[in-house]
Amino acid sequence: MSIFTEYKNKLPRKILNEVKEYTKGMSEAKIKKVLAATMEEYENTKVEPGECVGVVSAESIGEPGTQMTLNTFHFAGVAEMNVTMGLPRIIEILDGRSNLKTPMMEIYLKAPYSQGKDIRKIALSIKETLLNEVVSEFMINIAENSIELRMNNEKMKELGLTENNIISSIKSGIKGYNIRSSKEAIVLKSKTKEETINKVYIDKEKIKKIHLSGVKGISQVLPVRRGEEYIIITSGTNLKAILELDYVDSTRTTTNDIFEIQKILGVEAARQSIINEVFKVIESQGLDVDIRHIMLVADTMCNSGEVKGITRYGVVSQKSSVLARASFETPIRHIIGAALIGEEDKLTSVVENVMLNQPVPVGTGLPDLVTQVKK
Amino acid sequence: MVKKKYNIQEHGLVPEHLKLSEKEVKDLLERYHISLKELPKISKKDPAISHLNIKEGDVIKIIRKSKTASESIFYRGVINV
Repeated sequence: MSIFTEYKNKLPRKILNEVKEYTKGMSEAKIKKVLAATMEEYENTKVEPGECVGVVSAESIGEPGTQMTLNTFHFAGVAEMNVTMGLPRIIEILDGRSNLKTPMMEIYLKAPYSQGKDIRKIALSIKETLLNEVVSEFMINIAENSIELRMNNEKMKELGLTENNIISSIKSGIKGYNIRSSKEAIVLKSKTKEETINKVYIDKEKIKKIHLSGVKGISQVLPVRRGEEYIIITSGTNLKAILELDYVDSTRTTTNDIFEIQKILGVEAARQSIINEVFKVIESQGLDVDIRHIMLVADTMCNSGEVKGITRYGVVSQKSSVLARASFETPIRHIIGAALIGEEDKLTSVVENVMLNQPVPVGTGLPDLVTQVKK
Repeated sequence: MVKKKYNIQEHGLVPEHLKLSEKEVKDLLERYHISLKELPKISKKDPAISHLNIKEGDVIKIIRKSKTASESIFYRGVINV
């Protein structure tokens, strides 16, 4: 297919494939004509130099944004699991916040498990279990300075934990206690005789939080069927630990925490994830925003090699012009800072030129006369 | 270090990252009339390029899978952060 190789770097792959599809069986001369016409159309649809794409994007995302719902969405079936949706979620993503309101993961599984094999067992083994979930009663014996734990045997069986597992977990979780198991309880006895009640009481609260099994950070699990396979949706995220598990499909499993993705999979993955997450929200609200606008925002956020929010601490702080920075938020601080170090403003962008009542370098204001210096 | 069981490069969110040769970098910068500093950046410690053996000042070619163009090419300059 030598006719197509000429256009390989000129036309996007998708358009080229479509042309290939439609011109099947045509003569070479005709295909050449089609390609030339396609090329002309493609050049016409390109964004003109000087077009203010940022403003167009802001309006295109902002206008439908006014129609978005403001509430969180409850997952059908599970009471404690909500998902931040709508405008709050969009703000969360674009501000580049690292503490999400509802961190979530979608865990895809490998072949036999994705068809539902042991799905309940796997889900439970991922869920983080703390000591107070398997203990039915905590008791403090004041006379002996000891803590007694009555175990909930049913729950232990369900989670596949034995008493020995729990004892060794407690041992590594807290120091200064002798641990033995009696008939129906685990007894923690203080090693030092002179322990105050207060200290024992604090320790009792401390051991409630001892990690027994599962993946740290995963507080809820919910196996659901999606299309042909079963996946596990969790609340709470820990991408690194989950990807290391044997039965997890490590090519598709994701989280909605963009900073976690950046840390474990890199900026490019974070950029893709921003696009996916924003688009998911917009789509779920029944709105229609061209994905290219979102791509532009995501590209801007990831330009510096790490995810930066559209805030005064993020993207805006990287603008080279003092006046542009001052026009966004906290103007006085920026101007004082710039005055202190003698910063220079080259007035190359839009906002600073608006402030000084000069033509802005956008659209027809962009071209400029430049004198060529003779060599 | 313990060998990781999963491979970052195989993850669906991670596009293909390639290192450009010195000549390719020169051609690229000439084609767009820019300097290396003006390229979008990527950290030297970025997990997606840890297998490439890179140093500061290299240029990474990224072949993104795109919904609109099916494939788009992006470049990032490596910075030391």
